[in-house]
Amino acid sequence: MPRYLLSVHTVDGEAREPMTDEQMQHSWQEIQALEAEMKSSGAWVFSARLHDADTATVVRVSNGEVVTTDGPFVEAKEHLGGFYIIEAADLDAALGWASKVTRVISAPIEVWPFVDTAGG
Amino acid sequence: MPVVDDAQIGRVFREESGRCVATLIRIFGDIDTAEDAVQEAFALALRKWPVDGLPPNPGGWITTTARNRAIDHLRREARGRELLAQRLIERADDASGEEVGAVQDDRLRLMFTCCHPALSTEAQIGLTLRLLGGLTTAEVARAFLVAEPTMAKRLIRAKHKIKAAHIPYRVPSEAELPERLRPVLAVLYLIYNAGTGGPSGDGLRQEAIRLARAISRLMPDEAEVAGLLALLLMTESRWAARFAPDGSLVLLRDQDRVLWDRTMIAEGQAIVRACLRRNRPGPYQIQAAINAVHADAASIEATDWGQILALYDQLLAASPTAVVALNRAIALAEVRGPDAALALVDELDLEDYHLFHAARADLLRRLGRPTDAARAYARAADLAPSGAERAFLLGRGDEVGSTANEPSEALRNQSERASGTRTP
Repeated sequence: MPRYLLSVHTVDGEAREPMTDEQMQHSWQEIQALEAEMKSSGAWVFSARLHDADTATVVRVSNGEVVTTDGPFVEAKEHLGGFYIIEAADLDAALGWASKVTRVISAPIEVWPFVDTAGG
Repeated sequence: MPVVDDAQIGRVFREESGRCVATLIRIFGDIDTAEDAVQEAFALALRKWPVDGLPPNPGGWITTTARNRAIDHLRREARGRELLAQRLIERADDASGEEVGAVQDDRLRLMFTCCHPALSTEAQIGLTLRLLGGLTTAEVARAFLVAEPTMAKRLIRAKHKIKAAHIPYRVPSEAELPERLRPVLAVLYLIYNAGTGGPSGDGLRQEAIRLARAISRLMPDEAEVAGLLALLLMTESRWAARFAPDGSLVLLRDQDRVLWDRTMIAEGQAIVRACLRRNRPGPYQIQAAINAVHADAASIEATDWGQILALYDQLLAASPTAVVALNRAIALAEVRGPDAALALVDELDLEDYHLFHAARADLLRRLGRPTDAARAYARAADLAPSGAERAFLLGRGDEVGSTANEPSEALRNQSERASGTRTP
């Protein structure tokens, strides 16, 4: 079954309305419910939330030596904030899950197909 | 035995290639395999049919030949053998279960794949023309004024996305249909409009009508599909009257209505009447209805502008865009005079749209402001996309500019303005 990465981007310093405890609680419950739905339908493979971009570290080879630097790799305003890896029959099914996620977290979702292990 | 020539085979290609490609995509699950095999089958037809005569079912012959060719090719490569085995298993699964949805035409599936919202509009149009219309990449590139390698790259990228992201090959479910039908209809309308620049666009306009007809036959319950077909037919019915012998544009009000195609009008009007009875209006149906009112009138003066304005009110409510508001204002000029219309037009934010300036120019001319009108015509001509339109607007600008110093013209327009109507 095709796999997709549903990635959530966070914008640095984005002025978001601070959520009340009640809202935060509600949002968290919705996310939990959605993840439970993903798991029970067999779509969920893995999911995670990432720390802020300034906690990332980059490792690269330069002149044959491994050099470690403070990250992230791309200096940009937007960074990967979290992701889901799901299995879906086709893009429409994946977009269906992405629609549910974006409603719950109120941020755009990028849907990326994995390269099939069969080489597709 | 009837003689078969290349032109006849070309016609069969135009009519059948989309269906053949669509069927082969379903069988093999791969666009490139399907395209190549259908191409080969037609190459074979060009050699065989002039000798053997036209087969009783040319489309069926092409599909069968192409399928056999594709299987031959796939058997020769290891990866192909894998694909074949896998596809045959999947086909067996399909046959055992109930097919979802009532519509089974492969072209319809392909239309929804080509116009999937995950693809860019340019890619949607290119794929539709290439795969369903059977146009060559060079022809598609020419239609959209891009270099052939650019179009080739665009098509390759789009086909790769379909494969890599697993864009499905099926007719969407009832629940998804309204949202998914929108880009399909928009693509057909864009293809038609791409063919309205001049006589070289004949093929594109025919293709858009042919596909709209096919889809409306396959989805008889979708009122907007019927509406689009009616709109295309009504627009196309005026084609012969749209250009003067020297190739310049003739406005609706100046067209020789004897040149309008009555057969197309009758078909379009019958569809509009059926839409009215169904009473599920949408933007395409309303635009078709507006055109039907024009087609009913023997002349521009005899036109029921009140009804056209009422339809534009409906259209504006259904799709509240500045372009619709502009067209509504043009109709309003006929009912309440150019003064009222200009006030509305001047509020619209369409600075880069040539028809905005053309409409302003016409209203200013009718209000007896030839200098302002000439300036607006010049701006419209600067922005016009096609040669015929530019030539027309420049001509109008010259005409009105030459009257700028004639007081009689201004006076005549003043009196028109006072009466609120235009003397022809």
